[in-house]
Amino acid sequence: MKKLKITMSILTMALVALTTMSCKDGKKEGATEPMSNEMHQEDTGSEMMADNSSNAGSSAIIDNYLKIKNALVADNQEDAAEAGGMLMADLKDFDKSKYSSDKQRELTDIIEDATEHAEHISESPMEHQREHFDILSKDMIDMIAITGTSKKLYQDFCPMYNNNKGAQWLSSTEEIKNPYMGSKMPGCGKMQKEIN
Amino acid sequence: MKIFKTIAWVLLIAFVGIQFFPTERNQSEAEYASDFMEVNTVPPMVQNKIKVSCYDCHSNNTKYPWYNKVQPVAWFLEDHIEEGKNELNFNEWGDYSDRRKNSKLRSIISQIEDDEMPLDSYTFIHRDAKFSESEKKEILKYMTQLKNKL
Repeated sequence: MKKLKITMSILTMALVALTTMSCKDGKKEGATEPMSNEMHQEDTGSEMMADNSSNAGSSAIIDNYLKIKNALVADNQEDAAEAGGMLMADLKDFDKSKYSSDKQRELTDIIEDATEHAEHISESPMEHQREHFDILSKDMIDMIAITGTSKKLYQDFCPMYNNNKGAQWLSSTEEIKNPYMGSKMPGCGKMQKEIN
Repeated sequence: MKIFKTIAWVLLIAFVGIQFFPTERNQSEAEYASDFMEVNTVPPMVQNKIKVSCYDCHSNNTKYPWYNKVQPVAWFLEDHIEEGKNELNFNEWGDYSDRRKNSKLRSIISQIEDDEMPLDSYTFIHRDAKFSESEKKEILKYMTQLKNKL
């Protein structure tokens, strides 16, 4: 009888412990969001110029995209994750209102997709970050085709990534710095197009 | 010894108590015109396997096992299902844009390739949800085909 009671209580304790643990897990994710939101607002605030305000939203998006890119070039999972979180906030705040309804629909689609990839980048190991960065790059290229940008950008291509299927990325420097192969092959790839 | 007994009782009561918390059930009888199996021509084997292995967490209808009626297991599963459906809901496949489909397929392929899905914690109990090597190959082949057609 005594033994039964002991087993019973151990079992109950384990269950209670499990409950509290799984509850904590669920809450953790949302907690970082508001902070990156604040930071983002400061960012755009300082960048916004009187005649350039239409580009402010997409400019913050490109900046954080480039931060992810630079982090992946340097094999830095943490920085890429941080920039991924900030990019999520930027995408959420993007103002589509001045585009035609057709373009708005397209932008909504792109932003929804990009947000998901940014979210994965903010919480994944590096190999996954790169997979999502590949599709995110495509989203960014399509988005800039609609919004335009005041920045000078280079559209680059790495033919080897993803079992030789290849992948694109955007860079603000002419020199090739490959975000897919990391420090293994930093110079692999070629420029496809200059934007601006 | 008396204090030990009291603790045991308190915990037992707590365990019984949490059983009364309601859980949201992911269950629906609806047939979805936008379902993955409706908008695509999926081979029967792939269809069956995906329904058995994926639909519990990636659709609006979960086949609940008995132990899910026991807390705190129910809460744990509820979290999982919510997250799973957020990532991918096979019932809503037809509503996804081509861009979204491409992204989802890319993730489906890479997760299955790396044996990350179905989750180990899931196949541990649902033995029939496990992919054999040949099933895995068939599913990957089909998903890749679908992606290339986009």
